[in-house]
Amino acid sequence: MTQAPVRQRGFAARIEPYGRALLVLEDGTQFDGISVGAAGTAVGEAVFTTSMTGYQEALTDPSFHGQLVCFTAPMVGNYGVAPERTQSPRARAAGALMRSCTSRCWSTWLREEGVVAIADIDTRRLAMHLREHGSMRAVVSSSPDALDGPGRDGLAARAAQLEPTDWATVIAEVSTPSRYLHADGERDVAVLDLGVKRSLLQLIERNGCAVTVYPHDVDTATLRSHQAVVVSSGPGDPARLDGYLRTIVPLLGEVPMLGVCLGHQLLARALGHDTWKLPFGHRGTNHPVLDRRTGRVLVTSQNHGYAVAIGSAGAEVTHVSLYDGTVEGFACRELRVAGIQFHPEATPGPDDARGLVADWLQECTGAAQA
Amino acid sequence: MPRRRDIQSVCVLGSGPITVGQGCEFDYAGCQAVKVLREEGIRTIVVNSNPATIMTDPEFADATYLEPLDAAGVEAVLRHERPDAILPTVGGQTALNLARELDGSGVLLELGIELIGARAEVIERAEDRERFREVARAAGVQVPDSRVVTALEQLRNVQLPVVVRPAFTLGGGGGGAAWTQRELRARVRDGIAASPIGQVLVEESLHGWDEFELELVRDARDNVVVVCSIENVDPMGVHTGDSVTVAPQLTLSDLAYQELRTAAIAIVRAVGVDCGGANVQFARQRTSGELRVIELNPRVSRSSALASKATGYPIAKVAARLAIGYTLDEIPNDLNTSVPASFEPALDYVVVKVPRFGFDVFPEAERELGTQMKSFGEVMGVGRTFAGALLKAVRGAEGGDGPWYGWRALPDHAHPFFHREVARVSQALERLPALAEIGAPELLTLKREGVSDHELGRAWHASERAVRARRAELEVLPIYRCIDTSAGELRSSSTTHYSSWGEQDEGVADTRRTVVIIGAGPNRIGQGIEYDYCCVRASLAFRALGFRTVMVNSTPATVSTDADTSDALYLEPLCPEEVLAICEREQPWGVCVQFGGQTPLKLAAALQDADVPLLGLDAASLDAFEDRARFAARMQRLGVRVPAWRLTSAGAACSAAREVGYPVILRPSWVLGGSAMRVCRDEEALLAAIEGMPGDIFVDRFLEGAVEYDVDALTDGSSVHVCGIMRHLEHAGIHSGDSTALLGAGAVAARDRARIVEAVRAIGTDAGIVGLFNTQLAIVGDELHVLEANPRASRTVPFAAKATGMPIIDLACALLAGAKLADLPLERWGEPTDMSIKAPVFSFDRLPGADRTLGPRMRSTGEVMASAATVDAALATVRRAVDGGRAGASDTGRSRGTVQSLQARQASL
Repeated sequence: MTQAPVRQRGFAARIEPYGRALLVLEDGTQFDGISVGAAGTAVGEAVFTTSMTGYQEALTDPSFHGQLVCFTAPMVGNYGVAPERTQSPRARAAGALMRSCTSRCWSTWLREEGVVAIADIDTRRLAMHLREHGSMRAVVSSSPDALDGPGRDGLAARAAQLEPTDWATVIAEVSTPSRYLHADGERDVAVLDLGVKRSLLQLIERNGCAVTVYPHDVDTATLRSHQAVVVSSGPGDPARLDGYLRTIVPLLGEVPMLGVCLGHQLLARALGHDTWKLPFGHRGTNHPVLDRRTGRVLVTSQNHGYAVAIGSAGAEVTHVSLYDGTVEGFACRELRVAGIQFHPEATPGPDDARGLVADWLQECTGAAQA
Repeated sequence: MPRRRDIQSVCVLGSGPITVGQGCEFDYAGCQAVKVLREEGIRTIVVNSNPATIMTDPEFADATYLEPLDAAGVEAVLRHERPDAILPTVGGQTALNLARELDGSGVLLELGIELIGARAEVIERAEDRERFREVARAAGVQVPDSRVVTALEQLRNVQLPVVVRPAFTLGGGGGGAAWTQRELRARVRDGIAASPIGQVLVEESLHGWDEFELELVRDARDNVVVVCSIENVDPMGVHTGDSVTVAPQLTLSDLAYQELRTAAIAIVRAVGVDCGGANVQFARQRTSGELRVIELNPRVSRSSALASKATGYPIAKVAARLAIGYTLDEIPNDLNTSVPASFEPALDYVVVKVPRFGFDVFPEAERELGTQMKSFGEVMGVGRTFAGALLKAVRGAEGGDGPWYGWRALPDHAHPFFHREVARVSQALERLPALAEIGAPELLTLKREGVSDHELGRAWHASERAVRARRAELEVLPIYRCIDTSAGELRSSSTTHYSSWGEQDEGVADTRRTVVIIGAGPNRIGQGIEYDYCCVRASLAFRALGFRTVMVNSTPATVSTDADTSDALYLEPLCPEEVLAICEREQPWGVCVQFGGQTPLKLAAALQDADVPLLGLDAASLDAFEDRARFAARMQRLGVRVPAWRLTSAGAACSAAREVGYPVILRPSWVLGGSAMRVCRDEEALLAAIEGMPGDIFVDRFLEGAVEYDVDALTDGSSVHVCGIMRHLEHAGIHSGDSTALLGAGAVAARDRARIVEAVRAIGTDAGIVGLFNTQLAIVGDELHVLEANPRASRTVPFAAKATGMPIIDLACALLAGAKLADLPLERWGEPTDMSIKAPVFSFDRLPGADRTLGPRMRSTGEVMASAATVDAALATVRRAVDGGRAGASDTGRSRGTVQSLQARQASL
């Protein structure tokens, strides 16, 4: 072993903050930190994810649209940024809340993507607060006039006054503006894009499918012409998105459908089941889910604030959370409809559930697997 | 699947004596397994030759055999006990190899004993390098290019550099890198000799690749979870046991990490580990992302101990439950019983492990780190940032010449992220404002970076105390967080803490009377598992007395840092800053500094200074023992002889030596224990020895031909009870830790015994101490001399406790809690009727170049024990335990010295 010389230069040592920043929850709880992202103020629902990797994937996931995402991982930005990690064309979260921001390129990315980001705050306290009191509205600001005096006092009020989101408008924003062919292949699968992640499209593609992606306002007849329809994940409260049932309900029994996350919730609603808001959601890449059909446990990637309550008849609960017993998947064999609450495409997260999509495609399109 | 009802009794194999590559982590794993099995109503039978383990404590298992860990020893136990199953996965490579041997010889089949935790074919597939490679390749994971070699002739056309790895050895024993043909041939020759099956692997060198480890558990229903990822800060080429490592991994993107995870799961499935833990090691080329799997251990390991402590997920416990049939979704999470163990822990902190080396004890050994492990122990730092955790770990290592010579000097090749983190701390220190001018925000920033008071004091040329005072004035104080497996997502009952700064404290809910026990820090020569044993026993004893116990220690590989051992655990460096802050938070009724060796004693003055209530001693009484002049004066008053001694400068050493008379022992005054001691028989030798000894020197009369005794005794302040007198077999001049000791009927002549007891009584009475003290004495001719006394639990306590059956630590704790000796039922433990022997075990084969001659410097890493009706029988057994003790392990050079001396002494008895 030779003694290594002490490195003095060649490494950017400090993330120069762009100034101070402040996070205020609607209940008035405050966190002072430094700004490591865009200048300005962002208002949204504060949520936390316990995933230890995949910060760029998370913030570009449309399901996080408008939210202020707290990373419980203590160091964020370690391995930089790369374009292939993005899950949609731009950052979707409105804010990033971190204990420490560890690279300049991550900070630059946050700024360029317009994400208001705060670092050096006690993220564990924040996560435990949200766990105990539920997800809540919050405001994060790096505007100098909002950090002190009357501006500061006004922030909490702004959080509390946050209007309920018009989720249909949000989905129109995150969905593709027009139909496109993501990939060509043997089996003909349509994806109803309510805020789809790139990796879900890739997962379907890898199963030998032609993947056609449709905007949120596509008509039923167009979807019906495909061998199978995947209803994607996306942001929002499913109970406020019943408009999409007009598209979905007529397809029931007509074409096999798989719903992922929001898609799963909408399919359940289409079948007459209810959805409800979880106290603080499931966000992370370590959630154990029991597959009741096999007795096996999948470690899954999750990102949802609402859950499905499967009523009496018509659907079999196929997956349950081993954390809180909530429904994580259902199937309605008769109508060839299935829903998965977690993210089989992972990214970020473990690959355990990828096979579910392959199995479903196999079952409903009958074609050979790739 | 519920637990198997056909398993009613299980034999748990330990790992034997502590050696380099196989340390205290297996006592931790074994204890967890035994605990779980007993909870399940299963009869547990422990076999281990190491007396300093908690798992071999009398009431710990249903039956305990302190027997040699060789096939014959275990077979005898199996024949006698007839257990339903044998669990070989918590006793390291020793246990795994033994299981393989017993299975191969047909003993298990004959006795109808099932191998649980890892089936024989799984062990085979994981351990036989060629089969492992086939299995890994078939699972779609690349392995390093390599060939199996059993003879030098097979080395044609080998592309250098390569790594040579002998099959079936511990900690990579006998292996290493070869850059030239010459090195290659030498390595292969040594490796073949070291391997019990005469096989080595000559392998593509992945020097400079990044190294990662994943800790997994898999159940019979094929559920797999990755408990922890560990990243080596040192690149490939340095054994992971010698590397600075960090958990969770910090530099891989999600995609890259998932690739590792998926590959690890595929390999675990392919090898067939189906009811237990496994560890998979990978090399990854940083820029190309190329991956190679290096190895899989189908058992709990040193890394899984680290992973368990780092995450709060007790791998050995879970593995033991899996071995008896449970599936992961049926096992509750230890810290939140409403959720199962079938999840992957999320961390909101960083854990850094730093190895502790012993080159100070073996200055002549080769220091170059390679594929063969050389470190003796390890220590972890937990913090909210990498740098903070690293700095804590380096402080917790208590010196020892680490791999990098301080935290600033990261290896060049380390990931830029790590360099960035360390550089930030350096720069923060460079821009340090003056002590008097610093404000709370600036000071808080420094503390959040991980800079210690000690380091700040150095920069400010101020005392640590002054820094502490300034901090208190500015109200910059640490807070404590919990390790809860879920990054705060789940409510938890965790009481495992680490400190952080400028955040929210999670509070102490318990208001019972609290005793803080300061641990022993990283395992090292002279301060090993024996002290961890004492700390664990102390915690259990104080709990039994109704106290709430708090453990402070930071080594991952021990029972003391098992969350179950105490009511609260602080994974913090054993430095004044951290320990004082913990005492401030806990407001203890008392603090124990006498169970963790020298480490806690060194903190006594700082603790007393801060008015922390010490149990059993104070700075003054401690000084009366440690200050040679005061101690000698007291002995003179008591009429007890001490060997003549002088404290002198190097210049006056010759005249001092003439005054005390040759032969003499030389020792620099600033060195504790036996390190750097020299025996000189004449002036010439003395002059040679003082060369290079800076500062003042102790010159002691060396008692040639003396018989040495080690005595552990209890005192309540006014009276003394002798627990055990151990007679050394080796002549005086061999460090007591390296000596073979006899305890039992007839070990000490009646007349000597009376004199020894009298002297020990005198020393322990009215000495201002309560609890345990250890005295070393020598009898030469007709004269009794006291060589040394220490007001603390000693290395020999576990052995003495086992040999006499007396719960020595429990009794000491009762005294510390206020009892008098007269209150204790001491008559219950009479003179043992049989003979017990403790013999040292060495790890010289791990330290090429190390001087193997025994002397006043301690060099052994572990010990074994045997008891029998006669001295001869006990000697024969202890020899087996020392020599052939580790079945299948090739370590033949390990104990020559002891065996020879045993043979010589056996004749003389």
